Amino acid sequence: MRWFWIDRFDEFVRGRHAVAVKNVSLAEEHLHDHFPGAALMPNSLIVEGMAQTAGLLVADAIEYNRRVVLAKVAAAEFHFDAVPGDTLRFHAEVLDLKPAGSLTKVKSTVGERVQGEAELFFAHLEPGEGVPKLFEPDELLRWLDQMHIYDIGRDQAGQPLARPDW
Amino acid sequence: MPSREEIYDKVKAALVDALGVDEDEVSPSATMVGDLGAESIDFLDIVFRLEKAFGIKISRGELFPEDVLSSTDYVTNGKVNTAGIAALKARMPFADLAKFEANPSVQNFANTLTVEDMVRYVQSKLAG
Repeated sequence: MRWFWIDRFDEFVRGRHAVAVKNVSLAEEHLHDHFPGAALMPNSLIVEGMAQTAGLLVADAIEYNRRVVLAKVAAAEFHFDAVPGDTLRFHAEVLDLKPAGSLTKVKSTVGERVQGEAELFFAHLEPGEGVPKLFEPDELLRWLDQMHIYDIGRDQAGQPLARPDW
Repeated sequence: MPSREEIYDKVKAALVDALGVDEDEVSPSATMVGDLGAESIDFLDIVFRLEKAFGIKISRGELFPEDVLSSTDYVTNGKVNTAGIAALKARMPFADLAKFEANPSVQNFANTLTVEDMVRYVQSKLAG
């Protein structure tokens, strides 16, 4: 199984920015021990949700033709804990995009409040650069469908994104 | 063309941001890997930041010659051979490789590049 740390995208503008939603629920088992009686979502997993948001934004921009991996968390700061019942919104922005890598900035918010901010750096690896194949095409496409990327996604001219024919 | 001091200050800011080090840890003689803890992925991050700060274009392998150091043509028994040293000098005219030449084991290369080399590199790019 894969760990999915975002529930869907609400905004997706190719190569520019995206907003994804993560609902924090006490139904998630990992919260039961973290901590008993005072559940909170670990910020490390919030970083993973931020990375999934920004990583898909970047991978789409390079047409999924390289393996996009989170290479480093260049900076991260959190202002308060996310708890069951909160809806986190991850606002990702592409700061720089090159064939070999990309720099992104992601903010997580709960309502109007900024919960966390991070600068995430992705490496874009070719096959043979040490990372095994991350997804089978049909599996990836199912995830993108689940994320509603082709329902709400737009290119920079405002046109709907074409769903790839994999 | 910015002064050496202006270049140094921007290089320092890029290294502080990319490596999460304190400003006072960055000095001209500090080595990128040994003193500042840079890993290979950090060099890609540093390239991004230097390109942005100075409006220059840095090709892959120009700042950190991973391809030379992992090539069987240039490395023999864990040491960079004569052809490899020549390739490094051609690739990195900004770096002072004298110390490395004395003991050219690949592992030593990590401790060769200094902050001053980064400054000289940017100077050479801006001049060219």
